[in-house]
Order: sequence, then C-alpha cells, then structure tokens
Amino acid sequence: MYEPVLLKNVEVTNGHLLSSYEAGGGYQALRKVLSEYTPDEVVELVKQSNLRGRGGAGFPTGMKWSFVPKGGDKPKYLCCNADEGEPGTFKDRIIMERDPHQLIEALAVSGYAIGAETAYVYIRGEYVAAIRRLEQAIAEAHERGYLGKGILGSDFNFTVHIHCGAGAYICGEETAMLESLEGKRAQPRLKPPFPAVAGLYASPTVINNVETLACVPHIVTRGAAWFRGIGPDKSPGPKLYCVSGQVKKPGLYELPMGIPLKELVEEHAGGPLPGRKIKAVIPGGVSAPVIPEHGLEVGMDFDSLSAAGSMLGSAGVIVVDDSTCMVKVATRIIEFFHHESCGKCTPCREGLNWAVKVLRRIEAGEGAPGDLEQLDMLCKGIFGNTFCALGDGAAMGLRAALKHFREEFVAHIEEGRCPFH
Amino acid sequence: MSMREKIEQAAAAYPDQRSAIMPALVIAQKEHGHLPGPVLEEVADILGVERIWVYELATFYTLFHTEPVGTFHLQLCDNVSCMLCGSENLLKHLETVLGIKKGDTTADRLFTLSTVECLGACEMAPVMQVGDDYHGNLDVSRLDALLDSLRAAAGRVTGVEHAAQPLPGE
Ligand SMILES: Cc1cc2nc3c(=O)[nH]c(=O)nc-3n(C[C@H](O)[C@H](O)[C@H](O)COP(=O)(O)O)c2cc1C
Ligand code: SF4
Ligand code: FES
Repeated sequence: MYEPVLLKNVEVTNGHLLSSYEAGGGYQALRKVLSEYTPDEVVELVKQSNLRGRGGAGFPTGMKWSFVPKGGDKPKYLCCNADEGEPGTFKDRIIMERDPHQLIEALAVSGYAIGAETAYVYIRGEYVAAIRRLEQAIAEAHERGYLGKGILGSDFNFTVHIHCGAGAYICGEETAMLESLEGKRAQPRLKPPFPAVAGLYASPTVINNVETLACVPHIVTRGAAWFRGIGPDKSPGPKLYCVSGQVKKPGLYELPMGIPLKELVEEHAGGPLPGRKIKAVIPGGVSAPVIPEHGLEVGMDFDSLSAAGSMLGSAGVIVVDDSTCMVKVATRIIEFFHHESCGKCTPCREGLNWAVKVLRRIEAGEGAPGDLEQLDMLCKGIFGNTFCALGDGAAMGLRAALKHFREEFVAHIEEGRCPFH
Repeated sequence: MSMREKIEQAAAAYPDQRSAIMPALVIAQKEHGHLPGPVLEEVADILGVERIWVYELATFYTLFHTEPVGTFHLQLCDNVSCMLCGSENLLKHLETVLGIKKGDTTADRLFTLSTVECLGACEMAPVMQVGDDYHGNLDVSRLDALLDSLRAAAGRVTGVEHAAQPLPGE
C-alpha cells in the first residue's frame, strides 16, 4: 500500500491548524535547511530529486531554480501558481484548504533556496475558502516565527502575500500571471527574457505550482533518493491525481507517479457508473489530448503520456463513458478555450472562434461535407503558431478527438443529428 | 475600516501601486456590490494610478462586475466534468423555476444566473458557486432546497455579502 505524503494531513480533523501541522512533523524541513544547508545545497538537493513541475509542463524544478542569477541588487521573487484553472483540476485547492501550512513551509524553504524574501501566492478569486485558510495560516506562521524577520534565529527574512485572481484562465500561464501581478491585463509576455532572469517587476522570479512546491519539504526531510525511488526515475515522486466525470468514486488520489491510467480509474476510482462502459479518458485537464479506452494502460507520468500522444498536464483525469457524445465534449472544450483566449494573437483568437462555429453546427446536426477537413486545417493553423501554449492545448485536444472519434463526427454530419439523442 | 484604509493596507504588500488595483477592486466590489464608473475613479484616486488602468482591469476579469448583480449570484459550472454529471439539466431547471435566462437577474433582484468555467471542484460535480460558497453534488431537489434556503436567508441579509458558512473543522 502506498502511504500518502502530500495528503497526509488532508483527512485530519483541524489539519489546517498550525498545531496539527507541527504535531505531524511540520516545519522540520524549514528548521533543517536553515541550520544545515546553504541555499545552493537546497537547489542541488532538488535537482538530485528529479522533481518536475506539477503545473503542466513538467520542467525540472531544480534546474529552473538554478537559472536565478546569484547576487545582484534586485530583489528576487517567488511566485506560487495557485490559479488552478485547468478544467478537471482541483488538487491545489484541497491542499490550500486542508493543509495550508504545508504550502507555507514549502514557500519558505524554496524562497531560502533561491534567495527570495517575498513570495506572492496567486490564487484564483473563486477559491474563497482556500484564501481564508491561507490567510489564517500565514498569520499563525508569523506569530510562531516561521515567517517574518530572522526566521528561527537565522538571518533569513521571508513574507508571503496572497494575490487573488479575478476569473481569467490565462492568468495560470506564468508570464500572464506576472502581468496580472503587476496590475495589468493578463496577456502572456514574450520569452526570453525568462522570468528567472527578468520576471516580476523585471526582477529574477521563480514561478512554481502549489503541488510542485509542496514536494520540496518532503524532499528535504526524506531525501532526494527517497523521492526518486517513487515511480519512474526520469519523472518520479508522489503525485496528486484529480479524478472526475463519469466514474464511481471521483476524488483526489495520491499515488506514485507513473501508475497505469487504467488502474487509477478502474481500481482506485471505482470504474464506470453502473451499466456504463468507459469510452475515453482525458488524462491531464482539457488541454491534454483524449485517450480512447484501448489506450488506458499508459503510465501516468510526463514521458509515458507524451509518448502516447497526450500529456500529464495538471493530472486532471476526466472520465467519459459510452452514454456521452464526443462531439459534444470536444465542442465544450473548444468553447472553453475560445472563451478564455486572451486575444493577443490571431491564430488562437480567430482560429478558435471559427472552430467553435463549425463544431456547434456539427453538434446541432447541421454540419456540411468538408467541415471535418476544415477543422483539421484549423488545428494545423493554430498548432505551433500561437504566442502561448493555450492555443496549442486547444488544437491538440481537438486533433485527438477528431482522430480517435472521427466516426462520431461523421455520423453527425451524415445523419444530420446527434446519434446520442 | 473605511474602504480607503482597506485599500491602503492591501497596497502595502506591493512595491508598486499599480499591483494593488486588483485587490482594491475586490475590496470596492465587496463594499458596493458592483463597480460603476465613480467607484472605479475613487479606486484610481486612492491608489494614485491612471484611471484607464483601473477601467482596463475592471473590464478584463470576469469576477468584476461593472453592472449590478442580484443579491445571490448563482454561478453554475458547465465545464466538462460538470456537464458529464448533468449540469445542463440543472441550468434548464434554474431557468424554468426562476423564469429567467442565463445572464439575467430576476425582477426582485434576488438572483442573477450565470454559467461559469470550471470552479476547480470537479470531484463534487455538478457544482454551483453562490457568493463565497461552493455547493456540490447537486441535483434538482438539492437545487430547490438551496434556492429555498437562499430565499429564507434573503430576509436576513442586506447587500451582496452574506454570512459565509463555516468550513468543515471550524
Ligand atoms: C494557458 C495556460 C494555463 C496554465 N494554467 C496553470 C495553472 O492554472 N496552474 C499552474 O500551476 N500552471 C499553469 N500553467 C503552467 C504555467 O505556465 C507554468 O508552467 C507553471 O506554473 C510552472 O510551475 P511548475 O514548474 O511548478 O509546474 C498554465 C500554462 C498555460 C499555457
Ligand atoms: S495563444 Fe491565445 S491565450 Fe495565448 S497569447 Fe495567443 S491569444 Fe492569448
Ligand atoms: S468542471 Fe465544474 S467544477 Fe470543474
């Protein structure tokens, strides 16, 4: 049996309070780094662990941290990406609501490693409960000297501020998030310069997802070898999987990286609803290409999913059963991306608008011959030609639906109606 | 604390006043229910920033309302996971019992009905946010019970802020 690490406190009554967190060994990692490690040694440890970003792209965290220039007269910033807008994803919310101190300790350890004295946690504004819990926890941590000046008798100073988003998925894209933090409309920035060199207020900035950061204190207390020993060596560690949709036991599951998608859905999440069969699973939030039932043996890690033509993304696992029309699912996904497109670049702004129109008419039974070719052409025009990865995600998702479930699209056009109605 | 004091306190978290526009708009919207032009101008004046910067944000982010909304803003998620779990029927039901279409507000100004993108709570799909609170695992009968309790609560509250339910464990 796998023993949860990240969710250890989540089921504990009052697990969000500092006293519970401390009782479970909390803030020992912070104590340890402040007394035994130089900042560079923490970066090295995280490199050794092979921790990769849980926000979607899977970038090696230790390497990202090592891009931060040493010294310099500008302050350094740590930004925590708690925008969690990828449909199908709810892991960061649960950590912040139920175990906010885990994140605060993680921020302090990571801030120490990169030489930052200030962190901003960018939380989506809808997460009122998480925001309240994190505010309380920050106040508690200040009182007990885990935040503030001269933390635990060291010369390390660190504060955490919460910045609330206001309902824009694009703020999850890291450079759009920086624009938003600077008080501007959230439109992605051109890279380079990369945020590690010139990010928030043109200062060196590290942006990491909540779950990525939450792994760090555990790496400190248990060691890099422990972390690498869980799951595949190139993409190791404990992993939070968000399972939702047409499945018996939707919920948040902590399991090793790399477990087969089939095991996650069939065993842990209880399999399909009574009388239904699983038709497809979206493994990593709606940006991740759908996987048809026969592909579910794939391992849930960055490399295996990418080899299978999909991606781990945010590990938002959405289960679709045989009662559901895939044209409808694809349409809803493209409507989402169209709604959330920031409008900065043409292929995404116009291409998605066009794709939504074609998809809606196919779904309504008013599709015309040539519509599928038009969608293929739009995917080709969008993919690789957009300013940020939002457009790519939309095109990859639509492409996969058209590839694996083409016969459903064809049936809508030929029969002039949705065969599922 | 006055709105000005709250905004000034929030602004202390940033080296640049412009960063404080979003938090200031959140505060102003709590205070006024929505964000009409004069409120946006007041925010700009308190922070000493360009008015256009404030207008720009108030119109970019969907959680900011430049038009008034009802006492209870029903925000039903209709993204994929909620759709797979029946949000479409819930929307139809709400439109029928409230006698309005999505995007509209009831004549008594009690309810505004919107659909929203994923609320990040898909484990309890279908989900609806009302004010600060999430209501999950909804079906038609739970929805009716929720509307009843909101109507009952309406007698006891003023403005858009209503007593938030305690979190589990509080
Ligand atoms: C359109 C778009 C939306 C994104 N949304 C999120 C998000 O909600 N949360 C998140 O952590 N990362 C999100 N990302 C990824 C971030 O840009 C960034 O890669 C990540 O926060 C880096 O942290 P990590 O290395 O710890 O994963 C998004 C990316 C794109 C292109
Ligand atoms: S791809 Fe879409 S979201 Fe990204 S910059 Fe272009 S228009 Fe904006
Ligand atoms: S899809 Fe509705 S909460 Fe995520």
